[in-house]
Amino acid sequence: MYFIITALAAIVTTILWYKMPQNKYRLSTLCLIYWGATFMWFVDHIMAFFIEGGEFFEITMDATLLGITVVLCGLVAWGIILFIKGKVGGFKNITSQM
Amino acid sequence: MACFVVPMAEAILVSVVKKVVEKKEQKVLFEDSTLTEGTVSFAEKENKASQTGISWSQKLSWLNTLLWGGVFLLAIEHIWHGEVILWPPFLTAMKNPNDIPIMLHEMASFGTSMAVFVTLVWAGMVFVAEHKMKRFLCKGFNRS
Repeated sequence: MYFIITALAAIVTTILWYKMPQNKYRLSTLCLIYWGATFMWFVDHIMAFFIEGGEFFEITMDATLLGITVVLCGLVAWGIILFIKGKVGGFKNITSQM
Repeated sequence: MACFVVPMAEAILVSVVKKVVEKKEQKVLFEDSTLTEGTVSFAEKENKASQTGISWSQKLSWLNTLLWGGVFLLAIEHIWHGEVILWPPFLTAMKNPNDIPIMLHEMASFGTSMAVFVTLVWAGMVFVAEHKMKRFLCKGFNRS
């Protein structure tokens, strides 16, 4: 379930990034974070399905909660990147004006 | 168990390569800014740095974000499942000597596949972006 939730988050973020002009709020970074995890879990699920067998999608409450947590953690990581890049960018602008 | 360690190793390597490439590109741009008569033109140097307008540091930053993003979210999943702890030895499989070969096998199979797949997707992304950029530039030249 966490794979599905992350993949959905990646698709939604990509649509938002495509619609927003000039990569506003660095949405491309958030897209790449979610897509990176989606691709890795995709390989993990496929290999586990063929090697170990069992269900391809784990649809449980625990997996759903994990999916939501992972998406929130991605958002937090993106927020931290925005904050740091904003600070560094602001600092560079100040020093270049001096 | 610890499959994300392999993409993490690749992410560290890509981060280092990206820094080196960035420095080289900055050096080329600095040389351009101190251009004198008789030296290579700005357009030629820019062409040397990037064939299509997308610099290599930009392309590598895409791969870097894909890898670090994936590694970060996979690490959270591993913490959730109790496979990773925040204190030494960090990987719970390391506590039991019988689990170590299983962990290494998982790293070699799952981890390597993940790293290869993400890199292939990135290569596709770069190919598409370069192709689009070339078409865009051609359209621009034709108009002017």
